[in-house]
Amino acid sequence: MSGPWFALLGRELRLALRHPADTLAAVMFFVLVAALFPFGVGPAPETLARLAPGALLAAALLAALLPLDRMFGADAEDGTLDQLLLSGLAPAALALAKAAAHWLTTGLPLLLATPVAAAMLNLPVEAWPAAMAALGLAAGFLSLLGTAGAALTLGARRGGVLLPLLVLPLAIPCIIFGAAGIEAAAAGLAARPYLLLLAALLAGALPLAPIAAGAALRTE
Amino acid sequence: MLEAQELACLRGERAVFAGLSFRLAPGEALLLVGANGAGKSSLLRLLAGLLRPAAGTVLWDGADTFADRAAHAARLRYLSHQDALKPALTARENLAFFAQLWGGETATALAALDLLPLADLPARVLSSGQKRRLALARLALAPLRQPAPLWLLDEPTVGLDAASVTRLGGLLARHRATGGMVLAATHLPLPLPGARELRL
Repeated sequence: MSGPWFALLGRELRLALRHPADTLAAVMFFVLVAALFPFGVGPAPETLARLAPGALLAAALLAALLPLDRMFGADAEDGTLDQLLLSGLAPAALALAKAAAHWLTTGLPLLLATPVAAAMLNLPVEAWPAAMAALGLAAGFLSLLGTAGAALTLGARRGGVLLPLLVLPLAIPCIIFGAAGIEAAAAGLAARPYLLLLAALLAGALPLAPIAAGAALRTE
Repeated sequence: MLEAQELACLRGERAVFAGLSFRLAPGEALLLVGANGAGKSSLLRLLAGLLRPAAGTVLWDGADTFADRAAHAARLRYLSHQDALKPALTARENLAFFAQLWGGETATALAALDLLPLADLPARVLSSGQKRRLALARLALAPLRQPAPLWLLDEPTVGLDAASVTRLGGLLARHRATGGMVLAATHLPLPLPGARELRL
């Protein structure tokens, strides 16, 4: 079980390294969206700092959505998905490996780009660690939900349009708790309770989303 | 022993085939022939457990294969119409992933289809016949830990040159000699002496 699982994760990471454009596109999207806000709402530092937590979270989640519609689509087209379903890995384990690879190749780079985006939105430096923690957890939650969404919309025409409609409403709680946590840290209060709530969401999705995704892959 | 009982398959609202029954004993080979759209590929997917039959059952040694799909998956190799290769990975890396899943020697399997000279080229630069050979090399991964007695092959020789067809013939003969079974859908003559034909 664990050997094949890590083999699949390793292969996903290797493929992402050979095609760094997907990861770069998500990071560029994130930074550019953050850079657009000062143009829209004006460069007044207080206004920007007020907007920063929500804008960071929303931009990161949208950026993390970008690679999702090809998550299973490419494998389904070239026949790899059939082989993976026959590989002896449980479909849920297969989905979990895909979600982990998505977090490592999209969530983690977004996390590393957070200081850049945070600086452009004039988020106080004290809140940067909380922002990175919130983004990391929220991106993990989205990776799991997104994997289930990608599996469900696989084979649907216009699946790429359906996917955000399916996933983003479910991601609202992690925007609320994530933004509240960053705001608390910016105001000098404890971000920990909010981050723990985010972690709880992640812990809930960790078993459920792969099972849902696995069931969806099976019925393909 | 693989046994299909009264299988039926629906595609959309249309019945592709119905009431299909056959048996396959160790060492035997069955050729699926029929016009385009007769359901050859669907039957292979159904036997692999990737598609649920609309009616009927697939039995392995008397047990329903859909009852334990993981166990059924472990005893078969499925060669689909697509080659299931990642263009960005080299031939060796593509095959090594499956060797990690199933066991077996990557280098031996590459040699079995004369792919060693191409081993370090990315799959994207291989010709379509070479890609097919690389897909076939998965069959040559012969793990001692988990041998797969049932081979389901969808048009295995499309794009292959004569020398490669001969190599595939050797592979198929060895597989059958050790009690393996082969089910192949094809429009081309295959090197499977003594194979029965199933017309869909």
